[in-house]
Amino acid sequence: MSETIASKIHSNPKFVKLCKQRDTLGWILSIIVCIMYFGFTLMIAFTPDILTAPIASDSVIPLGMPLGVGIIVASCVLTGIYVFKANNTYDPIMKEIIEEASK
Amino acid sequence: MKNVKTVLTSLVSSAMLSIAGLAQAMTVETGPAPATPAAPPPINWHAIIMFIIFVGVTLYITYWAAKRTKSAADFYAAGRGVTGFQNGLAMAGDYMSAASFLGIAALVYMNGFYGLIFSVGWLVGWPIILFTVAERLRNLGKYTYADVVSFRLRQGPVRIMAAIGSLIVVVWYLIGQLVGAGQLLHTLVPQISYTVSITIVGILIMLYVTLGGMKATTWVQIIKAGLLLGGATLMSVGVLAHESFSFSKLFSDAVALHPKHLDIMKSVVPIGAKAKPLESISLGLTLIFGTAGLPHILMRFFTVTDSKAARKSVMYSTCFIGYFYILTFIIGFGAIVMVANHPEYVVDVTKSILALKGGGNMPAIYLSHAIGGDFFLGFIAAVAFATILAVVSGLTMAGASALSHDLYAQVIMKGKPTEKQEVFVSKMSCIGFGILSILLGIAFEKQNVAYIVALTFSIAACTNFPILVLSVFWKGLTTRGAVLGGYTGIFGSIILLIIGPTVWTKILGNGPAIFPYDFPTFVVLPLVLIVAYITSVTDSSESGKKEREAFAAQMLRAETGIGAEKAASH
Repeated sequence: MSETIASKIHSNPKFVKLCKQRDTLGWILSIIVCIMYFGFTLMIAFTPDILTAPIASDSVIPLGMPLGVGIIVASCVLTGIYVFKANNTYDPIMKEIIEEASK
Repeated sequence: MKNVKTVLTSLVSSAMLSIAGLAQAMTVETGPAPATPAAPPPINWHAIIMFIIFVGVTLYITYWAAKRTKSAADFYAAGRGVTGFQNGLAMAGDYMSAASFLGIAALVYMNGFYGLIFSVGWLVGWPIILFTVAERLRNLGKYTYADVVSFRLRQGPVRIMAAIGSLIVVVWYLIGQLVGAGQLLHTLVPQISYTVSITIVGILIMLYVTLGGMKATTWVQIIKAGLLLGGATLMSVGVLAHESFSFSKLFSDAVALHPKHLDIMKSVVPIGAKAKPLESISLGLTLIFGTAGLPHILMRFFTVTDSKAARKSVMYSTCFIGYFYILTFIIGFGAIVMVANHPEYVVDVTKSILALKGGGNMPAIYLSHAIGGDFFLGFIAAVAFATILAVVSGLTMAGASALSHDLYAQVIMKGKPTEKQEVFVSKMSCIGFGILSILLGIAFEKQNVAYIVALTFSIAACTNFPILVLSVFWKGLTTRGAVLGGYTGIFGSIILLIIGPTVWTKILGNGPAIFPYDFPTFVVLPLVLIVAYITSVTDSSESGKKEREAFAAQMLRAETGIGAEKAASH
């Protein structure tokens, strides 16, 4: 990569904005996963009674079971959201930026 | 209860790695370990034939891959031609170990709901990998994650640190897998001794990895992942069919049958153990960031075509692994209903309706028999064995690349060896690793390996992952910060584990532990970040200044992929 292309990309406000957007999305989703998981962990540590309360009076299923499965499913969904957004929104913009700089 | 820690530690490790540990943990719960029946059972031909078919197919693939493995990129990174979907399956195949299949099902069988808590912890590291490092790894690295960490830092010291971190994780992870493999094979086919089992595993791994490199390893992992997911799906469908496709019937039946009854839905720790808040939090930190710092997983990102495929592969692997954990949960409950209390599987129903012939890891194996007879049992047993081969292959690849690419090619030869020399050294490292595996597996047969998960995941969580993230995201990181921070993570983890309850009290018998927690991450991780930060910002050297300046170019390549290693054209 030549110096000029590099400096062109760096000085392109679109590039700065795109990186910031992508980073922000990554961090927000990471924080969501951490909040879900450490929330669950803190409940295990401090309020296990809530987690083990049955979901209905005639059921043996504890509340923690749908919550745990929910975290697994949510993890999959969040990865899907990131991949969709990155592949369909961010990548085309990045391609444009690189093409502009290469001209 | 004073056994609490013992039980917790053993359970923690066994779920992932140590089949021995789980058996021990269960002894604490249910009395003396069930001995294998005096008269050896007839040879399990179904398992042996299916296993031979698997070995035949994988060796053929190795032959195919060997013909197509010429360059270093072919050998370490499968020519970078793996698609996102394939790599997703292969990563899942790298991660879903036999012990997590048999171990989590066994945890659920003994403790019910608690097993799910465990599975959640093993999964949540995956989305973190995607959101932080996946595509940047692909854009910056060549063969190992140390390529990325040392991208703009001094090669020698940074690579040595990263290689030490990788090798400790890989070697101990390997020991855990091998001890489990030897015991599993010996239990399933008692005619084959533990030592012979380990030797078979070692020789197969050497063949796959040395001849077929990453291409063969990838396909072994893909086939294994398909077999494991398929087998577990069939078992779950079998369980649900038995329970008229009703989850509430499955859970009520399990509560009614299990000797602890409703306790299996009420306990967030192994039944009978006491909860320890700080330990739970530290375990959480270790699992989430440890998964994201396993060298054999990170290495898989260099096999895909580009950053787009890198992202997709994590999405697929997260879904496959999440699905798999939900299945193991159903399988564990299914075993309570269909295996417990059956004289065919239980040692002595009058004493305990849970204790199974052949030891603590058998619930899933017997469940397959209860569902589909000898044939299905043979299939599941062969799948469990295939699983071990795939995981050990991935580990051997990661260990060999740390030795040959990081230490030999970049540190000793200063990046100047010919490709031929480097590939030769990595093949020799693979053979060395295979021999080492056999020796270690035999040496550790009777050892207490309950600390292995804590050791490997702590170093991954405290060194590999944080230093990787800092090098990619923080301009201020210099060589001094990376190296001192990294060693703080490695030695901090090791020292606190040695003076912790498992090693200090249980293994060394030195009395009460100086550091009373099994998972040191909640102390070591913050310490690593502080050390890396302070030693970087106070680094006023000329080279430190240059390293900060080089961040701009690194960031450009990480974000755009310009200059990233290209996929091979052949």
